[in-house]
Amino acid sequence: MSAVSKEQVQERVVEALASFGPDADQITPEATFEELDIDSLDLVELAQIIEDEYGVVLKGDDMKELKTVGDAVDLITARAA
Amino acid sequence: MSDAPRPWPPAGSALVTGASRGIGAAIARGLAADGWQVGVNYNSRSQDAQAVVAEIEQSGGSAVVIQGDVSSPQAPDAIFGALEDHFGLPVLALVNNAGISRDNLAPSLTDEEWGDVIDTNLTAPFRFTRRALRGMMRARTGRIVNIASVVGLRANPGQSNYGAAKAGLIQFTRTAAVEVARRGVTINAVAPGWIDTDMTAGVNPELLAAVPAKRAGTADEVAACVRFLLSEQAGYVTGAVLAVDGGLGA
Repeated sequence: MSAVSKEQVQERVVEALASFGPDADQITPEATFEELDIDSLDLVELAQIIEDEYGVVLKGDDMKELKTVGDAVDLITARAA
Repeated sequence: MSDAPRPWPPAGSALVTGASRGIGAAIARGLAADGWQVGVNYNSRSQDAQAVVAEIEQSGGSAVVIQGDVSSPQAPDAIFGALEDHFGLPVLALVNNAGISRDNLAPSLTDEEWGDVIDTNLTAPFRFTRRALRGMMRARTGRIVNIASVVGLRANPGQSNYGAAKAGLIQFTRTAAVEVARRGVTINAVAPGWIDTDMTAGVNPELLAAVPAKRAGTADEVAACVRFLLSEQAGYVTGAVLAVDGGLGA
């Protein structure tokens, strides 16, 4: 699998999170999922999007560790490398 | 939520498991009449399934047969993949209808009789629902109906395995429905009572005396309820258990 850039992952994660409710301009790398009102179902859907599009399997334990948007982007980028 | 009115049925197909005969065949015919493109799943009765598809096509509908034993862990991916490839559309309606019975009294019920019924009637609908929700959540629309049974609500001696599976299916339905409700996906159960099908052919007709309506139901009467739950108008009905039993469970 070809590596994807952090910018590409960031863009896709922001797009996915925005589809769950928060305004795109609120979705900064420092923003926490709690602040954005992103809940467990949203994170399940995000994980499925990432699996379908990047082949990166994120398990429940992986997701629990994630607090901020930047955490998610870093993890996905590292796994997709 | 949506900006423009969406057509109904949406741009997706409907999968009915165990649709070669009985209630499943009636559901497949009914959904095709409602405009769904239908996947007619069967396990062993290829000719019956093909006859259902031929009948749908003669009526101007669109359907395809898809073989697969629903109890296999690989079945959901294989069957959804085949259906999505055939119509080029995601599956946006799922009817978990396939079911088996292995009746025996609890004191002599074997592990195999227990396990076969749980695998096919409870675990398979769970796996198919999980698979279906991937696409439905992303599409922000979808309809799932699980065919339960009055036996999941009211004891029927000789069917502790079947009753346990159907009761489990009802609670799975309710819980999953609540989890995904805000994605526009509904999950409901239909609980048929005594319906005139091959599955009830060997049952003592004296048991009909317990049915307030004093008659057996028909597969089409069950299908009518499923068609409603898969309609656009039923969008606010989720986590419900609709009994179709002539009052038996009331």
